[in-house]
Amino acid sequence: MKIHIAHGRVVDPKSGSDAKQDVFIEAGRITGVGAAPAGFKAGRVIDAAGLVVAPGLVDLSARLREPGFEYKATLETELAAAVAGGVTSLACPPDTDPPLDEPGLVEMLRHSARSLDLAHVHPVGALTAQLAGKRLTEMVLLTEAGCVAFSQADVAMPDTQVLWRAMQYAATFGFALWLRPQDEFLARDGVAHDGEVATRLGLPGIPSFAETIAMETMLALVRDTGARVHFQRLSTARGVELLRDAKAEGLPVTGDVSAHHVHLSEMDIGYFDSHCRVIPPFRSARDRDALRAALADGTLDALCSDHAPVDEDAKLLPFAEAEPGATGLELLLPLALKWGTEMKLPLARTLGTVTDRPARILGAEAGQLAIGQPADLCLFDPHAMVRISADTLKSQGRNTPYLGIELPGRVRCTLVGGRVVYEG
Amino acid sequence: MRNPQLNAHGELQHLLTIEGLPREVIVHILDTAGSFVGITERDVKKVPILRGKSVFNLFFENSTRTRTTFEIAAKRLSADVINLNINTSSAAKGESLLDTIDNLSAMHADMFVVRHASSGAPHLIARHVEAHPHLHVVNAGDGRHAHPTQGLLDLYTLRHYKQDFTRLSVAVVGDVLHSRVARSLIHGLTTMGTPDVRVIGPKTLLPEGVEKLGVRVFNDMNEGLRGCDAIVMLRLQNERMKGPLLPSAQEFFKSYGLTAEKLALAKPDAIVMHPGPMNRGVEIDSAVADGPRSVILPQVTFGIAVRMAVMAILAGQ
Repeated sequence: MKIHIAHGRVVDPKSGSDAKQDVFIEAGRITGVGAAPAGFKAGRVIDAAGLVVAPGLVDLSARLREPGFEYKATLETELAAAVAGGVTSLACPPDTDPPLDEPGLVEMLRHSARSLDLAHVHPVGALTAQLAGKRLTEMVLLTEAGCVAFSQADVAMPDTQVLWRAMQYAATFGFALWLRPQDEFLARDGVAHDGEVATRLGLPGIPSFAETIAMETMLALVRDTGARVHFQRLSTARGVELLRDAKAEGLPVTGDVSAHHVHLSEMDIGYFDSHCRVIPPFRSARDRDALRAALADGTLDALCSDHAPVDEDAKLLPFAEAEPGATGLELLLPLALKWGTEMKLPLARTLGTVTDRPARILGAEAGQLAIGQPADLCLFDPHAMVRISADTLKSQGRNTPYLGIELPGRVRCTLVGGRVVYEG
Repeated sequence: MRNPQLNAHGELQHLLTIEGLPREVIVHILDTAGSFVGITERDVKKVPILRGKSVFNLFFENSTRTRTTFEIAAKRLSADVINLNINTSSAAKGESLLDTIDNLSAMHADMFVVRHASSGAPHLIARHVEAHPHLHVVNAGDGRHAHPTQGLLDLYTLRHYKQDFTRLSVAVVGDVLHSRVARSLIHGLTTMGTPDVRVIGPKTLLPEGVEKLGVRVFNDMNEGLRGCDAIVMLRLQNERMKGPLLPSAQEFFKSYGLTAEKLALAKPDAIVMHPGPMNRGVEIDSAVADGPRSVILPQVTFGIAVRMAVMAILAGQ
């Protein structure tokens, strides 16, 4: 169907354009911005007056929990949550059960996702078999099956020899490694940032250098192997500095941060709020401020949802025993907008952190609003407040410290491949 | 965020931690405990304050001593006491913490005395029973977080022997990192206006940023004890005596064990406290533990009165 999106404020972060224009879609792609293509006859006109028309969001870390953890969430619920949050492309980490370490599993996941026909799903393959950190996976075959990168998810990989070889092997074929740096020995038993709050509450801490020591090891291996490494979900001020220096040195590295982490700190744990039990832990306010600034100056390339739906029972436990994670797909846009407003950034730059910047890391045709691009779009009201509540979240996970809180940015319509997949 | 242990009228609903407890509440507990000390010395040691009430001792972590003191306190207030050692019953069968609480609430419990290995477990329970205002939760020790009745009995002991908190120097010695006793006492002392609270220990046993709790940090015990009015020795758990935190119990005793020589550095009338059970020859020398400056046994006696006071105040509303 040919769609005409009329009267909207069209923002394309890639080009920086932000103007009231119309958008024309046919055969799943954008065929006109501003002026209609010759002979265009709309099958449907969407009135976007008062709305921002932006590229669909691209999320670099969203757990869909399939296969293996269907009691926490399913592809169906989480992809519905994605499009309700304006997310049209997402990468899912390999920490499923079984993990995504075989081409057949990846094909099956992509097939199920395609048949739902909602957001585009880009699996991240396991770097090692069973994520056990010992044997490399078949990266070439996994890439053919559709993997966009390789990762250990949150599973530790203490054997640096294997990591070194994995980087060499990946570099041979130009594959990217997406790694969350954390030294497993330093982080052992830890559940909160090793600081004032953990000391006061008597929670075992994870020191900041658990992140940076692992990161320095990885950077040394990148220097040797030339492997492309994307650092996922950095949490410390020092980690950001290391990334900045590594980029200045010319190393092929990038990095992202989770949407919750640019707003919250250890203080938000309050009286043991298990919604604030996340990986990596919320750190000091100083760390949080460094993450916010680094995302604005481009040191951090992207903002991700780090979507981790957890069933309610797993959160109704003492803090240290509660399962870590926060639901994020439906909070990514509101938290990005909140950050952008607080940092006084133009809307196009704010949206860049969740559209073209992550799309570049993903290597997918996404995150741009221009003629010839796929018609993956998100139409939202930037001024309408959304109350985050268990009743309104589409995700099966209702676990977020923002429950009951109002955030800016209500998604009105999401299009994937020129089809309307969500209207709210 | 409302203080989860006070009700809408600012009265004590639960006792979860000393942190954030108003000074007047602490004074009220200590004064009430004072009136109960007399009762525990009578022939008939019972008062009817909790008659008809059911107190459940929920011990998710073993502790004969603390459980016994709570049991005695509740019985002296004429309550019915039910003891549950949960690590050997339902938790082993896979029942969740809050399912256990729901079941016991359905049995019309009036008070839960909770000991749990995880920091924050009593907070979770208190939040869970919010809809039952007649139900009270007393934290009997959670993880490394808090042991408020121990902190209160320590305060009671200090007040008994030293009267004025605002003139005291108190040294807390040993494994502060893992100690809920230390945290509760530190919060109690700072709330009561004690100007000089010191923690003494090796760097491996002092938590990150401990000075932000309002204490002075010493690694040298001799320096830390100089001129103090009270010394609180902490228990060192067996499993921590050899490993990445400490090389051996003997070496710990050499640097941080309280001996008569070290005690001599404190004020001549300084008292020695210990929450028990003691490791003689590890954190404290027998000569000191049994010596004239030790108030370790009176602490136990005061502990009953303090726990009676806490239960009476909670149930009295």
